Amino acid sequence: MLFSLLNVPPASASTAAGSGGAGAPGAGAGLAAAGVPAAARVPKRRPHVLREGAARALFGTAAALSIAAVALICLFLLANGVPAMAEIGLPEFLFGTTWRPAHDLYGIFPMIVGSLYVTAGAMIVGVPGGLLTALYLSRFARGRTGSFLRSGVELLAGIPSVVYGFFGLVIIVPFVRLFGPGTGLSVLAASLILGIMILPTVITVAQSALDAVPARYYEGALALGVDHEHAVFKVVAPAAASGIMAAIVLGLGRAIGETMAVVMVAGNMPIIPDSLLSGVRTMTANIVLEMGYAADLHREALIATGVVLFVFILLITMLLNVIRKRGEAR
Amino acid sequence: MTSFLKELANEMSVTAAAEVPGAAPAPAKMAVEHLNLFYGDFQGLRDVNLTFPENQVTALIGPSGCGKSTLLKTLNRMNDLVEGCRVEGSVLLDGADAYRTLDATDLRRRVGMVFQQPNPFPMSIYDNVAFGPRSHGVRAKADLDVIVEESLRAAAIWDELKDRLKKNALGLSGGQQQRLCIARALAVQPEVLLLDESTSALDPISTAKIEELIGQLKERYTVIMVTHNMLQALRISDKTAFFLLGEVVEAGDTDTIFSAPIDPRTADYVAGRFG
Repeated sequence: MLFSLLNVPPASASTAAGSGGAGAPGAGAGLAAAGVPAAARVPKRRPHVLREGAARALFGTAAALSIAAVALICLFLLANGVPAMAEIGLPEFLFGTTWRPAHDLYGIFPMIVGSLYVTAGAMIVGVPGGLLTALYLSRFARGRTGSFLRSGVELLAGIPSVVYGFFGLVIIVPFVRLFGPGTGLSVLAASLILGIMILPTVITVAQSALDAVPARYYEGALALGVDHEHAVFKVVAPAAASGIMAAIVLGLGRAIGETMAVVMVAGNMPIIPDSLLSGVRTMTANIVLEMGYAADLHREALIATGVVLFVFILLITMLLNVIRKRGEAR
Repeated sequence: MTSFLKELANEMSVTAAAEVPGAAPAPAKMAVEHLNLFYGDFQGLRDVNLTFPENQVTALIGPSGCGKSTLLKTLNRMNDLVEGCRVEGSVLLDGADAYRTLDATDLRRRVGMVFQQPNPFPMSIYDNVAFGPRSHGVRAKADLDVIVEESLRAAAIWDELKDRLKKNALGLSGGQQQRLCIARALAVQPEVLLLDESTSALDPISTAKIEELIGQLKERYTVIMVTHNMLQALRISDKTAFFLLGEVVEAGDTDTIFSAPIDPRTADYVAGRFG
C-alpha cells in the first residue's frame, strides 16, 4: 500500500488508496486510478473507504490475536522452561536417563525416546494403510461405496481421543497381552492406537493431493496402453508425491502431540523401553501425569518438557513448509 | 514426384463415406462402420462410416462440437472413461473389433494418442519416454536407452534434448513438450497415431516442426489427426473427412475435398464461410 501511494501523483493519491486497498498490485492500481477522471470517482469513495477500513481492522485484529496467542505461548514456555533447563543443566535434562522428581533428578531422555518410539510405531501402523486408503478413495472407489467410506473416515476424525484411549484399553491392551509378558500397556499398544488415530489426517490430506492430480496425466498414461492400476501407482501417485509427504508429516505431528489416548495405554513408566511390549512414557504423558501436583522446579521441568516437545513440533512444521515449497516449485 | 504418383494412385481408390469399406485397394488400417455414439441422451456421432488407409494421414475437420474429437477418442476407446458414453456399430483395427474382440489396453498400445494440450508426466524426459516400454515389460537399461533415443529421434527432438534427459519434462517449452509426447507415444511402437488438435496450443514455429514431423511419421505409422486449421489439413493430410453435427458430410482425398467438394456445406466450410 505504501508503495502504491508513493508511485502515484499527489492529486490522485487518495483515489489510488481507495482502489488499491482491494489488494491490487500497487503500481498497477495507481496507474488505473490515474487514468480515471477524479470527479467521477470522488462521490462514491467515502463509504467504500470506510467499509474497507472497518473490514481491514476486523480481519487485522483477528489475525493479530492468533499471532499474539502463538507469541504468548512461546513466551510462557520459554520464560518458565528455560530457567529450569539452566538450573538442571541442559545435558542432564535432555540426556539424563533418570526422572525422579522426589530426588531432584530430571532427565527426560526416556520420554524423548518414548515419544520417538511411539510416533515411529504409529507411522508404521498408520501410514501404509492410510495412503492405500487414500488411493482407493481417490481412484478406485465408486458411487455408494466411496461416499460410505469417506463419511466413515470423517467420523474417525471426529472421535474424541479419550474414546480412542478407552478402545485401546479395552480391546488393544488385552490383545497385546496375548503376545507375551507384561500387562499389555506398552509401546505396541500405544503405536497401534496412535496409528489408527492418525489415519483420518493421513487419508484426507493424501486424498486431496491425489484428487488434485490433473486428469491429463492419468489419460496420458492410459493412452500408452497401461491399465488403471499401473497408471494410478506409477503416474498419479508420484505426481502427488509432495502432497503425500505433507500427509505423512501432518500425521507425524498429530502422533507426537497426542496425549490422552497414549496415557491410557502406554503404561507410563519413565524408562527407556527395551522392547515393543515394554511400558513407555511420552513427553506429553509426562506433562499431563504430573502437572496436577508438581511445584517449583518439578513444575518448571514439566514446562521445559513442553519446550522440547514444542521444538519437535516446530521442526515438523518447518519440514512441512519445505515440502510444500518444493511441491509448488514443481 | 513420388507424392504426385501416390496421389494419382489414391485417386483411383477414393473411399467415400458411404462406400463399403474394403472395396478400396489401399489397405484400411482402421475403419468404423455404422458408428453411433451417445453421451447419455445426446447423440454425438450419427452413422459414421470411414476407413483410414495404412501409412496415410487422414484429417478430420469440422466446426467445434461436430464430433471429430469424439470419433478420435472412440478409435482408442478413451471414451470409455466418459461416464454415460455408449457406442454402437463397430471400430475395426486390422479387421478386429476394437470394442468386442480387443482388450482396451492392448488397443491403446497399438493406437497411440497425442492430446491437444501437451501432457508430459512430471518426471524426467528420459522417464517420460521410457514409461510406456517399462510398463510393457522392457527392463534392461540398454534396451530402454535405445528405445528412448530412437523415439526422440523419430519425434525430431533428440538433438535438442540429448544433453538433458535427466531434467524434468515440465521445464520444456510447449512445442518441445508436445514433441516429447509424440516421442512417448512412439516409444510403445504403435501402429496408428491419433493426434487431437496437437498443434493448436503451440506457436507457429513449433507447429511447423510438428507438421513436418507428421509428414515423416506416415512412412511408418497410420496417422489420424483432428484439426481446426484447414490449411494444416491441406498441407499434410492425404485424406480428409468433414464432420458436421456428428455426421460425416463428405470424405475423400484431401485435394478433392478442398478443390472440388461435392456437398455445398463442405464447399462453404473449406471456403471459410462458416465454422
